[in-house]
Amino acid sequence: MKGGETMSYRIVHYINQFFAGIGGEEKADYAPESREGVVGPGMALNASLGDEAEIVGTVICGDTYFATDMDKASVEVLELIKKFEPDAVVLGPAFNAGRYGSACGAMGDAVSKELGVPVVSGMYPENPGVEMYKKSLYIVETPDSARGMGKAIPAMAKLVLRLLKGEKLGSPSEEGYIERGIRKNMFFEKIAAERALDMFVSKINGQPFTTEYVMPVFDRVAPNPPIMDMKNTTIALVTSGGIVPKGNPDHIAASSAQNYGEYDITGVMDLTSEDYESCHGGYDSTYACDDPDRVLPVDVLREMEKEGLFKKLHNKYYSSVGNGTSVGNAKKFAAEFAQKLKNDGVDAVIVTST
Amino acid sequence: MVHCATIVPISLTVGANRIVPAVAIPHPFGDPKKSLDEEKAIRRHLLEKALAALQTEVQEQTVFKD
Repeated sequence: MKGGETMSYRIVHYINQFFAGIGGEEKADYAPESREGVVGPGMALNASLGDEAEIVGTVICGDTYFATDMDKASVEVLELIKKFEPDAVVLGPAFNAGRYGSACGAMGDAVSKELGVPVVSGMYPENPGVEMYKKSLYIVETPDSARGMGKAIPAMAKLVLRLLKGEKLGSPSEEGYIERGIRKNMFFEKIAAERALDMFVSKINGQPFTTEYVMPVFDRVAPNPPIMDMKNTTIALVTSGGIVPKGNPDHIAASSAQNYGEYDITGVMDLTSEDYESCHGGYDSTYACDDPDRVLPVDVLREMEKEGLFKKLHNKYYSSVGNGTSVGNAKKFAAEFAQKLKNDGVDAVIVTST
Repeated sequence: MVHCATIVPISLTVGANRIVPAVAIPHPFGDPKKSLDEEKAIRRHLLEKALAALQTEVQEQTVFKD
């Protein structure tokens, strides 16, 4: 034990096969192993922790071993971590390594839930482990490669010590961790209207100001060329208005949808309240439930199809709920079903939104 | 793609290039105060605009108003 008479906090460090010096990709299937004390970057981490904490053990696991069966690997690694009786666990840093970051995140989540001790990792913001696990553990922001080790380690050490001591944390930017998407209410001296005006005045005067809410960035797509031969065009319907078969078989959420539905309308000439409904929670769905054609205009499109104004209405439509659904999810859904529409030979899409 | 949307500013913000303004949030393609035939006429009108928009060359985001 380092330091003087007082007990220091016991830390377990989780790293992958590469940082353990075992090997690179060829050793990525390395099964979980535990070692006393520090391994690899654990040495620097230990030094950064000073007298207050000590790495009592290191658990190593190959990135591919973990990724191949995350549930099984989690259980195995957790057992090894448990044996050290840690007061906190530090994982990585994983920088931008995707499998490593996912493993650190998954283990951090498991440790947090099973052992209830502070957990800290370090990743580059674009590491998929961030998006998946930022809510479960504190992830210090690091550069995208191990060249950032020198800055990441002290930051992670500092944060884990603060968590161990139960100190009140400042904002993510103050403490150096990636925003977790967790909203905390706080009081300000000035009311929101005054703060907004202060920002506005700064903005007009060309002076810097810090927004309290960062807007998502929307990309732009170049307009497609126009349809030249409508009579030979296959049209498909897509909606964000939540029109789904009665009973909402795919359980699309009324807000913050986690999925979209693909529904067959072969032979369906008209949407009625008997067979369809609106599951959207962001508008009064009474009228849409009474007549779903008011949001997904199948009835009139069928008439126009019969008149030959276009070749045909695609036999499937895609539906989700726009209400509170993240831009990320919306993009993901659309990329997926757009590909399906393309594969099915659809030429044009009418998207309806409430 | 043509976006038939009630809230045109949102459609513009997210980047739709061909936009047809719809009737109202709870009934973009209808009007519960009208008869079914009148509603179908409204739907028809909007869908014809949608088809016209799909056949129109545009260089930038375009809202196809009446």
